[in-house]
Amino acid sequence: MQFWIIQGLNSLSLGGLLFLLSSGFSLIFGLMRLANLTHGAFFMLGTYFGATTLRAYSGLNIWVTALGAGLAVAAIGGLFERLVLTRLKTNPLGQVLVTLGMSFIISDACLVLWGGDSIPVPTPQSLQAPTRLMGFVFPTYRLVLVGCAVVAAIALYFLIERTRLGAMIRAGVDDRQMARAVGIPVSRLFTIVFCLGAGIAGAGGVLGGPILSAYPGLDGDMLPLALIVVILGGIGSLLGAFVGSFIIGFIYTFGTALFPELAYIILFLPMIVVIAFRPQGLFGRAGA
Amino acid sequence: MKWIAAILLAALLITLPFFAGDFYINLASQILIAAIFALSLNLLVGYGGMTSLGHASYLGVAAYISALLTSRYGWGHGAAALFSIAGTIVMAAFFGIIALRATGLGFLMITLALSQVLWGLAYRMSNLTNGDNGIAGLTRPMPFGISLDSAASFYWFDLIVASFAFLMMTIFVSSSFGSSLRGVRDQPRRMAALGFNPWMIRWITFIYAGFWGGIAGLLYVYYNKYIHPTSLSTTSSAEALLGVIAGGSGTPGGPVVGAALVLLLKNYASAYIERWNMLLGLVFLFIVLAMPTGIVPGLSKLWRRGSR
Amino acid sequence: MTAPASDHALEVIGLKKSFGGLAVTQNVSLAIRPGERRLIIGPNGAGKTTLFNQISGDMRPNSGQIKLFGADVTSFAPYQRAHLGLSRTYQIITLFSGDTLEHNVTLGLLGLRPSRWQMWRPLSVYGDLATEARRTLDAVGLLHLADHPISDIAYGEKRRVELAMALAQKPRVLLLDEPLAGLSDTERSTVKSLIGSISRETAVIMIEHDMDTALDLAESVTLLNYGRVIVDGDRDSVISDERTREVYLGV
Repeated sequence: MQFWIIQGLNSLSLGGLLFLLSSGFSLIFGLMRLANLTHGAFFMLGTYFGATTLRAYSGLNIWVTALGAGLAVAAIGGLFERLVLTRLKTNPLGQVLVTLGMSFIISDACLVLWGGDSIPVPTPQSLQAPTRLMGFVFPTYRLVLVGCAVVAAIALYFLIERTRLGAMIRAGVDDRQMARAVGIPVSRLFTIVFCLGAGIAGAGGVLGGPILSAYPGLDGDMLPLALIVVILGGIGSLLGAFVGSFIIGFIYTFGTALFPELAYIILFLPMIVVIAFRPQGLFGRAGA
Repeated sequence: MKWIAAILLAALLITLPFFAGDFYINLASQILIAAIFALSLNLLVGYGGMTSLGHASYLGVAAYISALLTSRYGWGHGAAALFSIAGTIVMAAFFGIIALRATGLGFLMITLALSQVLWGLAYRMSNLTNGDNGIAGLTRPMPFGISLDSAASFYWFDLIVASFAFLMMTIFVSSSFGSSLRGVRDQPRRMAALGFNPWMIRWITFIYAGFWGGIAGLLYVYYNKYIHPTSLSTTSSAEALLGVIAGGSGTPGGPVVGAALVLLLKNYASAYIERWNMLLGLVFLFIVLAMPTGIVPGLSKLWRRGSR
Repeated sequence: MTAPASDHALEVIGLKKSFGGLAVTQNVSLAIRPGERRLIIGPNGAGKTTLFNQISGDMRPNSGQIKLFGADVTSFAPYQRAHLGLSRTYQIITLFSGDTLEHNVTLGLLGLRPSRWQMWRPLSVYGDLATEARRTLDAVGLLHLADHPISDIAYGEKRRVELAMALAQKPRVLLLDEPLAGLSDTERSTVKSLIGSISRETAVIMIEHDMDTALDLAESVTLLNYGRVIVDGDRDSVISDERTREVYLGV
């Protein structure tokens, strides 16, 4: 019984992390029609940043670190978007290729800066004591991660559905030409969304540190998961990213625990099923 | 003019082992393998308009099947090669059905996800694939009893296969099927209205490209006598894609030039610079920003301007 | 004067299509006889091109049937309908702009032939295709441009190439979506006489706004508005019908 509870919680916390990772990806794809292959690297940058600062300053608040990392990665993303991506407006394939190139650059830079060994990230002291609930003992941090994802989901929901910025984003997703025609600064919106997506990934990276550790190749492990979540949940759908993240979180965790060698195939099956029967994903719109 | 250049090139290629040292012969063998792989990818990218980031899957699967059958189960090379290619074709057919549910970026993402899954399998199923250690100590086939262990003999074997591959793929592109493929790339709705079945055309091309990718994979594993999950990785697919795009997709010679450049860069750069991945990334950025149509079209434009 | 159902070249029965809350095709029924010349008119947004898209298979109706020579093609893909003798042109030019005129027409000819699957021999070995393509171009007066890329020729000439491609397959039903749009006066009369000379083996259904020119070519007319058939019948009675005037003049 303990096994199922622990794995269940691990699934939820992984799902939460995946949401922090893939919500940005889904937003960027939905608005900019760009498959941002740098996204895993943005996440990893956050994890490494968190690893260094949290190990150096043991009293540092993880939330502040996450915010800081988020802003730093958002800035890097913004520079990249302004300097490189905007020049490739007419070359969508080229845009994808440069994000791939950028991911190579970032991951190699991380290798140079932090070396090839895996760096464990300490769980914040205030959250180290386990929680007792219904007679079971849970690692507190994992519970908190789930809470983070929910908070992020609610915040993003409010941003997209209830603010002017969100309305502009939704207009841009629906019909870019029309949005431009009614005066929405689409190009500035792209930069904002790209920064937002990168920033969430970076912050998510910090928060994922205690669970995943920072290691070379983290970007390569996370990116396909983000892809699968978005393919499953539907492009441009926040709800899809949320639901998809938890589905994948469960499948990956239980799959790796029960059939470690076949975990990848088990991950891949729901994606195939969804693609076969509903290519736009569970919540996406047709023709996205 | 073109004919003279072609004959000179052929003569150069055939006689290379007579005047070059083993290092250069081996380099040439590697370039030929990379060229076949790049040409097969170009069928998809340049002529089919389907950009795939998972093409290394076919190279890797063929290589692994051959490696496993010969080293672990004692199969002969002929049977192993047939089985490897058959396996690669089946996998390409299966992956194609999934990936072709989407086009454009969706297709790209699915090919990427599928090939990452395959890589993950190669990495994790250590009982089968030896995981991160790879499979070493492999042998080269002996067609008609001739040993391919020397640099020169392997090179000539490689050259024969590469010439055949180049010929077949060139005919493919100029055939009626190839013309219909380009038509589907450019105007899929119009092609459907004319009676062509766009999905079937794309799917068959996908399988054919996978087939030649598998051939490249066999040559790869024969040459290296070793296979490792890295050859299935996204980096491997990305290097091939870079070669195709840098050289010029949609031209017959472009991918070959591009593949050669990427290989040379990788070989020389790794001697002087440790950061191959970073260099690769920067080269990607440079090529896409500065030379989006590729080197070969860029150069031929300059040539035409110069000869006026 | 009702002919037995299978005598019709094209039948559209109770076609309905909506996008979300917007009904773009409302219970449209048409019956086209072999060799007939039908003109479809209606104001912008009446749903004419949407109707064509459903007939050609580019769009699926929500309900209703489409029959080609008695065969139910409602669930058939566009390429399958092409093999049953349907051909169409588009409002926007959809030619292969990097290729020569001859190559464009050759592709048009190849679509229905088994040799389109051939991968092991260059296309150039099919001499009969080239001859046929050049003959088709000659029939529309463009043989002298056969080796030019599409991007080099004028808009009116592109329209003629499109028509040539559509006719090359000797279709039994031809859908022409605004074939005269954007043409100069001389180009217009050239295209008009081309359409007029189409063989009677082909039923021609045309969407056009330029009624002065198009009416001469039509035997029967269908008026659409808001996705509904308002009037349907032979040309002269539709023209003089009150409802036609209402739709166009709002009287």
